[in-house]
Amino acid sequence: MNTLFAWLHAPWPWYVSGPLIGLMVPLMLWIGNRSFGISNNLRHMCAIAQPKSVGVDFFHYNWREHNWSLVFAAGAVLGGFFAGIVFANPQPVELSVAALTMFSYWNVPIGGGFLPPVLFDFTWLSVIVMFAGGVMVGFGTRYAAGCTSGHAITGLSTLQPQSLFAVLGIFAGGLFSAHFITPHLFSLFW
Amino acid sequence: MRFLPYLLAGTAFGFVMIKSEAASWYRIMEMFYFQSFHMFGIMASAIATGLTGVLLLKRYGRLLTLDGESIVIPQKAPGRYNYIFGGLIFGLGWGIIGLCPGPIFSLVGMGSIGALAALAGALHGTWLYGLVKNRLLH
Repeated sequence: MNTLFAWLHAPWPWYVSGPLIGLMVPLMLWIGNRSFGISNNLRHMCAIAQPKSVGVDFFHYNWREHNWSLVFAAGAVLGGFFAGIVFANPQPVELSVAALTMFSYWNVPIGGGFLPPVLFDFTWLSVIVMFAGGVMVGFGTRYAAGCTSGHAITGLSTLQPQSLFAVLGIFAGGLFSAHFITPHLFSLFW
Repeated sequence: MRFLPYLLAGTAFGFVMIKSEAASWYRIMEMFYFQSFHMFGIMASAIATGLTGVLLLKRYGRLLTLDGESIVIPQKAPGRYNYIFGGLIFGLGWGIIGLCPGPIFSLVGMGSIGALAALAGALHGTWLYGLVKNRLLH
C-alpha cells in the first residue's frame, strides 16, 4: 500500500506517462469514435457563453451535442486536482543542470513547486502576461483546429498530414518565443 | 451514465498531465532549449503508443465502440495555411506561458491563479478567432 501511495505522489518518468497519453487515442475511439483532443472545449465554452444577440456564427451551433467533450474537460480538471492536490509531489521538478543554470541566469527563482511563482502567483503583471499568452493559445488552437493533444498526439498517430503542418508551426512558434521573448520578459518586468 | 467513460478518461488524462510534468512551465522551457530528453520522450512514446493502438483497432476490425458502432477514425478538415499559421500563433503563446490547453485545464484543478488567467485569455482568443475567421487565410 505504501509503495502504491509513494508511486502516486511521485512524478512519473516519460516512458510511463508518454504511453498513457498515447493510449487516449485508441481509448477515445473505442468509447465512441471520438478524436482525442481538448481545445475544442474552448469553443464550446464560448458557444455556451455567447448571448443570442451577438452574431458570431462560429459559435452558433448546438453545443449540447458536444457534452461528452465538456465532460472530458471537467475530468481533466478533476484529474489535476487529484494529481496536484491529493497526491501532490512535495519535491521540486527535477530539471536538468542546464535548465537550472538558465533559470537562475533569467532571474527566475526555482520555488519548491511545479510552477514559477513569479508567473503563476497573483500579481497584476503575472495575470496580464498569462492572459495575453492565453489569448495567443486560444486564437492559435482554434485557427489550427487543434492543440498538442489533437494534432501532435491524435493527428500524428493517425498519420494525418494536416497535423504535421500544425505541429511544425507549433514548434517553430514556441522556439521563437522561448528564445527571443520569454527571457527578456523577466529582465524587462521583474 | 453515458458520460461516465468520458469523465474517467478525462480524469486519467488530467492526472497524467500533472504526473508527467508536461504541465510544468519549467519542463516546457527545458524542452524548447533541448536541455532534457523528458518532454521529447513523452511525445515520441505517446505517438508510438497511439499509432500502435490505432493499428490494432484497425486490425481487429470486428471490435466495436461502447455504443456498438464500428470504429471510424475522424479525419481533419482539409487545409494548409490555417494549420501552419494557427500552429505558429499557438506556439508563440506556448513558449511564453508554458501551457497548452490540456495543462491549462488540469492546473485549474490544482487551483493555479496563472492557469486561470491563461484560461480566461484562451477563451477570449478563441472568441476573437470566431470573430475574424472569415478574413483569415485557411
